[in-house]
Amino acid sequence: MREKITLNVNGQEHLVEVDAETPLLFVLNDELGLRGPRFGCGMAQCGACTVIMRGQVVRSCVMPVSAVGQDEVTTLEGLGTPEHPHPIQQAFIEEGAAQCGFCLSGVILTAKAVLDVKPDASDQEIRDALGGVLCRCFTHIRMLRAIRKYAEARRT
Amino acid sequence: MILPRRDFLKSCGALIVSFSSGPLSLLSAQSPGPFSTHPSHIDPEKLDSWLAVGDDGVVTAYTGKCDFGQGILTVQSQLVAEELCVRIARVKLIQCDTSICPDQGTTSGSQSTPTNFNSENLALAAATAREALLGLAAKKLGEPVENLTVADGVITGTMGRHVRYEDLIGNKHFNLALSARAKRRSAADWTVLGKPIPSLDRTALMTGQFEFVHSVRVPGMLHGRVVRPPEMGATVAHVDEQLVRNIPGLVKVVVRKDFVGVVVETQYQATLAARQLVVQWNPGPELPPQKDFFDHLQKQRAHDGLSVDSQDVDARLADASSVIRARYTYPYQMHGSVGASCAVADVKPASATVWSATQSAYPTRSIVARLLNMTLEKVRVIYVRGSGCYGLNGADAVSFDAAILSHAVGKPVRLQFSRQDEMMWENLGSACTVQLRAGLAHDGRIIAWDREDWVASLGNRPGYDQPGNVITGMLLGYEPELPEPRSAKPPAGKFRNQSNTVPSYFAGCIAGSCGGDGTIRSERALTHTVRSPFFTGPLRSPLRIQNTFANECFMDELCAHANADPVAFRLLHLQNSRVIGVLKAAAQAASWQARSSPKAGVSRAGTVSGRGIACVAYEGNNGYAALVAEVDVDLETGTIRPRRFVVALDCGPISNPDGLRTQIEGGILQGMSRALVEEVTWDNRRVTSIDWETYNSLYLDYDMPTVETVFVTPPNVPATGAGETAITVTPAAIGNAIFDATGARLREVPFTPQRVKAALAESAQGGEKV
Repeated sequence: MREKITLNVNGQEHLVEVDAETPLLFVLNDELGLRGPRFGCGMAQCGACTVIMRGQVVRSCVMPVSAVGQDEVTTLEGLGTPEHPHPIQQAFIEEGAAQCGFCLSGVILTAKAVLDVKPDASDQEIRDALGGVLCRCFTHIRMLRAIRKYAEARRT
Repeated sequence: MILPRRDFLKSCGALIVSFSSGPLSLLSAQSPGPFSTHPSHIDPEKLDSWLAVGDDGVVTAYTGKCDFGQGILTVQSQLVAEELCVRIARVKLIQCDTSICPDQGTTSGSQSTPTNFNSENLALAAATAREALLGLAAKKLGEPVENLTVADGVITGTMGRHVRYEDLIGNKHFNLALSARAKRRSAADWTVLGKPIPSLDRTALMTGQFEFVHSVRVPGMLHGRVVRPPEMGATVAHVDEQLVRNIPGLVKVVVRKDFVGVVVETQYQATLAARQLVVQWNPGPELPPQKDFFDHLQKQRAHDGLSVDSQDVDARLADASSVIRARYTYPYQMHGSVGASCAVADVKPASATVWSATQSAYPTRSIVARLLNMTLEKVRVIYVRGSGCYGLNGADAVSFDAAILSHAVGKPVRLQFSRQDEMMWENLGSACTVQLRAGLAHDGRIIAWDREDWVASLGNRPGYDQPGNVITGMLLGYEPELPEPRSAKPPAGKFRNQSNTVPSYFAGCIAGSCGGDGTIRSERALTHTVRSPFFTGPLRSPLRIQNTFANECFMDELCAHANADPVAFRLLHLQNSRVIGVLKAAAQAASWQARSSPKAGVSRAGTVSGRGIACVAYEGNNGYAALVAEVDVDLETGTIRPRRFVVALDCGPISNPDGLRTQIEGGILQGMSRALVEEVTWDNRRVTSIDWETYNSLYLDYDMPTVETVFVTPPNVPATGAGETAITVTPAAIGNAIFDATGARLREVPFTPQRVKAALAESAQGGEKV
């Protein structure tokens, strides 16, 4: 059944008319034209579709759009722009922490979410948070370096 | 004042390192540059096929080598900026659009750098253009070329008069052929190429603005899904549309022989339709059990080929003081791209456009034309990056599938594979087993080496004319490329080591002419290619990683028997200065202590550590690497923890050291994941590795080792490939480090805790069983 649903995404309200069971990811991609969250597995196994809601990372490929409610959804493009990247994006830019870049929503948003909750998270705690995030180009070292750089900068 | 030529060259170009220089073209679909179209047959001999200068001074370059995360967008832009003496921000690179880019086949095999960065193709085009522009300027300014200097596209004469590129040629064709005599700028003078320019795509990537093929949207676009067979060889018996008829937005169920797909208005409904469509399948053949697969492989009829055969191996082995034997096995592995593949196709009665992440734009055009029964000229393939690929993921198949679906409904269709569509049907990295024997003399030198491998093969890249090489073509009734059984012919022609079947220690002699890297003259390398029950394809370092794992670990075994230091023992059997160069450089950078393996006085409890080394001349002559691995082994659990990698790489002149380091780090860690955890599984009917719970990969929580990289760059050598060199030696270096730490030899990839414990138990019994 198609329903009218209001979504709050990256600080803007959007009215969409979709089947209530539609995964949030499809709505972000197909209705709102967002490119940050991407379809990796459709099974919450890889993190490519990650968004942030209520400060928590959410796998948008398995969340029905009707379950979003009034919560603000933040996608990778909601953090910062090419002209004014968010500090964590800036750290990734400076470290060149990407190869194909397909997985970045999961990596960047998950790291941001854990550091928002626990700014002094240890390397081990950051890694634990990234336990469900997959990068098949294996850019792990640079990504962790960028996250550490961001974590240190936001502490000072 | 007349500037000496050297100063002129130096004055050219400008190094701009900026983090915000990502060209706008990355944010949206490629536009073609100053000309609305190029001729449908782009002639690679013509300069205009490669380069155009707009009236805004933007240099648009057209390349047939595309970036899927390996950095070729950035380095090709650097190349053009360097040769044309402009800022990199003024270069716009159009990649792999068959309507405007030259046909450079497939972006693969570590061939982009050798092809476009030496004395042909894009490099030659850029050099030709610079010389042509200087010639035009000389005429315009009335001064000889020698008097002119150029900086950022402005050519200045001795009197201070100047002229811009766009004034000379803006929006006009050069109408010139590539000049074989055009001179590349000397590497010593480079100001843009060879520098660590930040990758041009990174800002768009990190801020979620980058356009992947998954983000391409076309007006009026519908959504497709495919319904694949449950197993290899299954055929359609019956399709029952009853249950899907009520799905709102259903446009069509498409059935063409054994190809089944649905086209629906929205993506969500497409997933429902694909799930609910009832298809009855006739079963495929039973699969050989995974448990004994390598024995099975060795019993099949095979296509045999000899890389070298000195014809005295058996006799020399009979003379040897000792003969060592071993069998190594390497499993099927997956490309396993993080994003399931996607493509968009818009097939109209008189034309077809496919937005595709294929590494083979032109071959894909050719296959699409064939599947749609259209002439080539009517089909356009536009490359748009997908998820990182590493060879041949689902990008080709999904492009063909999308074209078939769009053709069936006459509207644009976006097709997204499910995770299972991607993993169950990809062209896997080949499973392979290698049997080796070598004879040692009394002094420990190797006097003869015999090796035989069995490789599983079915299909490949589809190329220009073999749709059956991937699943789509097979479903449509096309035959895949198959190894045709035949016995081996004596090796003839020039020695080639493209698949690294031949260890670096062989002299590589054919009819008296020796092209190998080593000193062992009694040598044989025989390959048996056997029909695989699954599709196979060129997964990063195809067969090179499998063969090098066996060759380099076996070399380590010989070394242990000779009680020699692994570096010294290798040097004793090498003669190629570039392999020797990287071997010495890696050992030095890792502070390698000369001694034999295993380490003396190894503990029998707790965690032990060791170091191992491996080296390779990739494809014989396409890059050289040596890698030292330092690993911890937990003797109780059998868990391997690599702690440090030190790699030395020689790939000739380096286009971008930062990009190269990224490739090397990624390659080594990917190689480590493949060595430790990756293995495709199957039951008696089908592949059972269909998602990330059934196929292992190291996630971001893995405690990664450090990677230190050393570059070795001899003078006056051409540029080689670099993306597949370090990964090639990774499983062997880890395996050798485990042996050093424990005395246990791992001969099966992946090195699972179970296998490690079994090898530990075997070595504790003093057995070196093979």
